[in-house]
Amino acid sequence: MGLTHEHDLHRRRWSRNLGVLLTLLAFVALVFGLTIAKIGGGDQMQGFDHTYRVGIDPETRIPEAGQ
Amino acid sequence: MSDIPAEIAGESGTGDAGFGDYVALLKPRVMSLVVFTAMVGLMVAPVHLHPIEALAAIIFIALGAGASGALNMWWDADIDRVMRRTAKRPVPSGAVEAGEALGLGLSLSALSVVMLWLATNALAAGLLAFTIFFYAVIYTMWLKRSTPQNIVIGGAAGAFPPMIGWVAATGSISLEAVLMFLLIFMWTPPHFWALALFMNSDYEKAKVPMLTVTHGRKATRTHILVYTILLVPVALGTAFTSIGGPVYFALALVLNALFLIGAFRIWRRPEATAEADKYAVEKRFFALSLAYLFGHFAAILIEATPWAERLADWANWGALTWG
Repeated sequence: MGLTHEHDLHRRRWSRNLGVLLTLLAFVALVFGLTIAKIGGGDQMQGFDHTYRVGIDPETRIPEAGQ
Repeated sequence: MSDIPAEIAGESGTGDAGFGDYVALLKPRVMSLVVFTAMVGLMVAPVHLHPIEALAAIIFIALGAGASGALNMWWDADIDRVMRRTAKRPVPSGAVEAGEALGLGLSLSALSVVMLWLATNALAAGLLAFTIFFYAVIYTMWLKRSTPQNIVIGGAAGAFPPMIGWVAATGSISLEAVLMFLLIFMWTPPHFWALALFMNSDYEKAKVPMLTVTHGRKATRTHILVYTILLVPVALGTAFTSIGGPVYFALALVLNALFLIGAFRIWRRPEATAEADKYAVEKRFFALSLAYLFGHFAAILIEATPWAERLADWANWGALTWG
């Protein structure tokens, strides 16, 4: 038979390749979702900045117009 | 004729595993318990994560548990080959090479710890790293082959997931997290010793110093009863913390009564009777132990629902809780 004959080895490799592909896609989707979730709560991220920000200090914060 | 050389396409599939073989390396059945208990720890915590952060945390805790399973299979391939229960695992069966199991275990360990850190916090990631180290090195490489108390101490590895889930949400360890840890920690010895009672020949063949092999079945039966008695106050005491409540208490009362009766029956049984009925009581106790753990964690989860909270308010349960 020629190269077209599907051996069990081909089936195992196909399942492995497909599994790796789907796992990687799921991982990428998860990291993307995690990034969006983290950025969505971005107000807290200012707390980790190296420079002092008046905007997040309730004591010295300058009220915006209408507040 | 096929275009695949016979030596590559051996019937055993050596060196060319399917995806399922790699999944099997991660011990999916153990992972399901890890997922469930970690999810409970995370969901009942007083701080709530974003749903995607919570999902990521559970996935990476499970992945860490799977990684330690792969490392366990790499190290234990020699004894897995001997035991009937484990002979079909990917490494002893020849589907996956030992080196691949080691590589997968180490890679997934690093990935899961780093990703849990990024998704939640450093303490949760540190606990996960410690759990992997504890299971792969302390239990698998050291205790399992050196002491009959192997599963008592090694049980800690299986007890960490709900604590990691709790810490992932809150960033700190509290009494509730410790009690969830203790619940699994104290449950592990009776659970595994019941298994060892009807799988004893496996451990004997593999020269694993299980209590049944080193101290005999009578001593094992006594140990099951003692650990079950010690487990009861932990299980019932949890009812009087912020994660407990009347629903949990009612279920825990029933489950602990059944578990105690089961342990007492095992303790009282002469070996000849057990052999005659092919360890029917021990097998029932083993099945009950699974329901026991699932029931307690399901009840903890139920207590976090608004319905159960209203019931606790009505019963004035808060007056009975610690702290």
